[in-house]
Amino acid sequence: MTSIAIGKDIIRKEAWDKVTGRALYNADYASPGLMHGVLVTSTCAHGLIKSMDYSEAQQMPGVKAILTGDYHPMLTGPVIEDRPPLARDKVRYYGEPVALVIANSKAEAAAAASKIKIQYENLPTVDKPSAAMSKEAPLVHEHIDQYRHVIPEVYPQANSNIVHQVKIRKGDMNKGWQASEVTVEGEFFLPQADHIAMETRNTRAEILPSGDIIVHSSSQAPFGVRKLISQHFGVDLGKVVVNVPLVGGGYGGKAPIQMEFLAVMASQAVGGRPVLIANTREQDISASPSKLSLEAKVKLGASRDGILQAGEYTFIVGTGAYADSGPRMTGSMASNCTGPYKLDNVWCDAYCVYTNHTYATAYRGFGHTSFTFAVERAMDKLAAALNLDPVELRRKNLIKAGDTSPSQVILTPSRLGDVAQCLDKVEKLINWSEGSRVEIDNNRIRAKGVACLWKTSDSPTDAIAAAIVAFNSDGSINLNVGAVEIGPATKTTLAQILAEKMKMDVNRVHVEMEVNTRVSPHHWKTVASMSTYMVGRAVEEAAKDAINQIISLAAIAMKCSPEDLALGQEQVYLKDDPNIYIDLAHIAHGYKYPGGNTIGSQVIGRGTYVMPHLSSLDRENGKGKPGPYWTPGAQAVEVELNLADYTYKILRAATVLDAGKVINPKSAKGVVMGGMSMGLGLGSRESFIYDQEQELQNTSLRSYKVLRIGEQPEYLVDWVETPNANAPFGARGIGEHGIVAIHAALVNALSRAAQVELDQVPVIPELIWQKREEEKA
Amino acid sequence: MFQLTGEGLIELNVNGETRKALVRPADTLLFALRERLGLTGAKPGCENGDCGACTVLVDGWPIKSCLMLAVEAVGREIQTVEGLNGAPIQKAFVDKFAFQCGYCTSGFIMNCQGLINIHPDASDEVMQEWLQSNICRCTSYQEITEAIKSVLITENT
Amino acid sequence: MIPLNFEYYRPETLADTVDIFDKLDAEGKQPMYYGGGTEIISMGRMSNLTTGALIDLKEIADCKVLEYQQEQLVIGSSVTLTQIHETNLFPLLSQAGARIADHTIQNKITLGGNLCGTIIYKETVLPLLLSDSQVFIAGPGGQRTVPINSVFKERMQLGKGEFVAQIKVDKKYVSCPYVHVKQTKQDKITYPLVSICTMAVSGGIRAAFSGVCGFPFRSIAMEEELNDRSRSMEQRIDKAIDLTPGPILADLEGSMEYRKFIIKGLLNSIINQLEE
Repeated sequence: MTSIAIGKDIIRKEAWDKVTGRALYNADYASPGLMHGVLVTSTCAHGLIKSMDYSEAQQMPGVKAILTGDYHPMLTGPVIEDRPPLARDKVRYYGEPVALVIANSKAEAAAAASKIKIQYENLPTVDKPSAAMSKEAPLVHEHIDQYRHVIPEVYPQANSNIVHQVKIRKGDMNKGWQASEVTVEGEFFLPQADHIAMETRNTRAEILPSGDIIVHSSSQAPFGVRKLISQHFGVDLGKVVVNVPLVGGGYGGKAPIQMEFLAVMASQAVGGRPVLIANTREQDISASPSKLSLEAKVKLGASRDGILQAGEYTFIVGTGAYADSGPRMTGSMASNCTGPYKLDNVWCDAYCVYTNHTYATAYRGFGHTSFTFAVERAMDKLAAALNLDPVELRRKNLIKAGDTSPSQVILTPSRLGDVAQCLDKVEKLINWSEGSRVEIDNNRIRAKGVACLWKTSDSPTDAIAAAIVAFNSDGSINLNVGAVEIGPATKTTLAQILAEKMKMDVNRVHVEMEVNTRVSPHHWKTVASMSTYMVGRAVEEAAKDAINQIISLAAIAMKCSPEDLALGQEQVYLKDDPNIYIDLAHIAHGYKYPGGNTIGSQVIGRGTYVMPHLSSLDRENGKGKPGPYWTPGAQAVEVELNLADYTYKILRAATVLDAGKVINPKSAKGVVMGGMSMGLGLGSRESFIYDQEQELQNTSLRSYKVLRIGEQPEYLVDWVETPNANAPFGARGIGEHGIVAIHAALVNALSRAAQVELDQVPVIPELIWQKREEEKA
Repeated sequence: MFQLTGEGLIELNVNGETRKALVRPADTLLFALRERLGLTGAKPGCENGDCGACTVLVDGWPIKSCLMLAVEAVGREIQTVEGLNGAPIQKAFVDKFAFQCGYCTSGFIMNCQGLINIHPDASDEVMQEWLQSNICRCTSYQEITEAIKSVLITENT
Repeated sequence: MIPLNFEYYRPETLADTVDIFDKLDAEGKQPMYYGGGTEIISMGRMSNLTTGALIDLKEIADCKVLEYQQEQLVIGSSVTLTQIHETNLFPLLSQAGARIADHTIQNKITLGGNLCGTIIYKETVLPLLLSDSQVFIAGPGGQRTVPINSVFKERMQLGKGEFVAQIKVDKKYVSCPYVHVKQTKQDKITYPLVSICTMAVSGGIRAAFSGVCGFPFRSIAMEEELNDRSRSMEQRIDKAIDLTPGPILADLEGSMEYRKFIIKGLLNSIINQLEE
């Protein structure tokens, strides 16, 4: 049967609002009586707060309140509660919020903030993940063992910087190494980086005389905000209302909760009046959470024929000064540590450690970009050691249905997809067979690199979603879901799913763009590429519920059995004679008999979903089911390196994902290309740069560089469609996956071009020069 | 000699209208547009001239409104995204899926509109030079390139 | 958003400008001249600015000139980098200006602002140094026109209350063969790792540099080494690099050693082009 809405390039619902400047983001809303909060952040990376003098600031015009860590002391965190919203007694990273000035205008608040004088007593710093592991390392948190655990499965080690450890123990390592005729080892480093959502994080909060706390925030997790505000401010859940309009990019960075605590505290301090706190770009980079750093060791063993026999992985994950979701990401990395390769003997030790850097949170890929780089660089080293073509080595070892994941999930076609097809397709897209290293002239080398990926949700085991489908009297539908529109056209995709289920025009499905936690049904968070799947399932359930109601009512109106009826094009008709029908509009709000008697009422469908059978990772061997399915893929990059100065151009970048089913091809391609663009940025220019004192040096977009137009390669995207049996129309998540292995493919290409081993990112021309110089010496 | 020595009313010519705005001399044009005139299409993305999300046209040329004082704009013609009425570049952005979150879109569109006005036959090189002033974090720029090229007069059309 | 409060004045004549400066200065307002303002606004936002009044130079008729007067190209200090680029009357200057910041900001940055700002690169000065330009300066003590090579030492050496009103370039330099190169750490829109302007005049190659030391410069001593054709290309360049007027920069853009490597490569290719 031909589809109505699935597989179609439907233009996003809010498209015209966005090109006319009429789409409103959180800080665009005017609010009567609004006050402004401005943060004062730490200029010291690790130190005791010896004194804070805000006497001058207090006297400045317009200033209403100045808050410090003593104002409403609390510790927060999604896994382990270790972070005060405003530092108390000590600071743990450069940029950490230490005070908050509230004034009538932003200029007044900022003027006062610049007059606050803070003295720190510097403490020795922890500068990188491996240094955090040392016995002599300064302690970022002195009482790590006393923090409250939000989830039971987190294992901080007292008197250390280790906040969590995950072990994967699968198979028999001795046997694996014995069977390994060739082994390779590599050490890799991936520094911190920033999300750089174009809209900086901002929150407006007020406390009404009724006690209701109203929060307006640029958040990916309105329901998470509600829960934690309720908990930390001692207010009933239902009395907290969180509103989220369109969000100007998130990429994971707006999933954690930071500004919201501050805004509610600020409102509390000024008698409940509305207060807006909006990050400057500098604060968004340095004060708000970032991407984790990773030091990784990977050791792979293979038999002479190129079959992987053993893999040993050590991941030291730098979560910065606070844990946030670092421990969860550490688990996510460990449970997928092999990449999409069959390995029967796996040993992984993953540590999540504190450093004196900006704290880390979810970042597109949830840790996968980092460990995948290490694994895929190691695969290229193994290919070289075996004298095998890198594509061939990967093809020999790709994981298949019937194999098990590192956390011992038994894989099926539905759960895994078909990574072999992805690799075949990407090999053709990048034209691998024409040669992976070609000398164009004396100075210019063209080279290609390839890398594979997989990723699952790594979500909590009780993550739920819901949808409400309410009919208008003209037969059109209002769709209300708790997923936030952060960019990838999630709401439009959900409308497509609903339109297809109802067999009606997608233009007749109206989606509420904003989320209001008092009105919208629940959704865990808009993260993990899971919204289409989870909310889509809820929408399907809601559609089913609505169709049942419609058909039952129509059966009465049409004096027949429900089994005789079908729904399509906003008509309920007799299956054996579609010319006999009733318009949906005539039953959507009840059926009115000639004469006026009415039966039935508004049709409202409801649907809910929970991901089945997820389980936590076992503490000793890592056994557990981290997500409902994987999305696998393969990526490739072609570069042109100039040996005269080691500058390079990224010529082409290709991705093939097993999307299960592509619901909106143009949107999906755009989201994947966007992920690739971010990943190429991470591979080629983006990273946090700290000085000796661990002060972050590049806190603006002048010094933190991202790709600009003209620097992008030609993008090639294609799909494999192996349905996921549980998903709406079989669709797998694809929101993050474009980023996951693309920098690995880039650096594989650059290493091949420059003939040096590049085992860190970003690869700037100076790094290639340096490695070549080292090689010469 | 024009002068403003403290917070006061200035007249700005925006989208063909004369509008009064209460500003301090230190207030940026971005602030005046958003906070005083309710024109929130121009977005703050860095307030440092790096990202281009606040781009508007001043006397036809793209200007980062975070790097212009409101007082400097007195006597100049300002056009914001709200002043575009179904311009071809807007439709091109829609048709080519040239945005996702949409936050950078107003600024990109105004820069494109400036280019279309001033160099309607811009080469790829000139187009890139102009558009390198803006950052988009969601798309890959391939879609934005397609959108602007569909509106510029190229040799092939 | 700039927390600081200041007054704003926009005079239209040189005389009014100097008068208002004197008046504001006498009132203790520490007045500052304001060109494109991109740097002042950025500093103001970061609270790195202390001034009670800005004097905007952009409406002064003399500062808006962009034309040939007899055998001299006269460029007012309020002329923007974009105007210089679009009219392209001095191609080397338009190219150097077209790689400062980004295109939209070039619509705002003025020549005078770039020459007199605090930024260490000031790439527009490089072509002016090479072309022995004259600087027309106005101030409380009257007006003076001086060679840029005498008034620009690491930065523009201006007296209190003085401002650059115009730059004058002899026509003969405008059409000299030239090469401009800006090399960066990685991105196109960013500060230079190294920026070099070179010009071939009758006496040989002239070269001026930005991003090499903590200030832009032209070095006669380096030019002499570069023009010493009795030596090998490598020796010419090595000798020249030893004579930089300050230590070679090591910063976020790159290390000193890498900068040297890049400068050598660039000079090699530039000299080959100009001596062809």
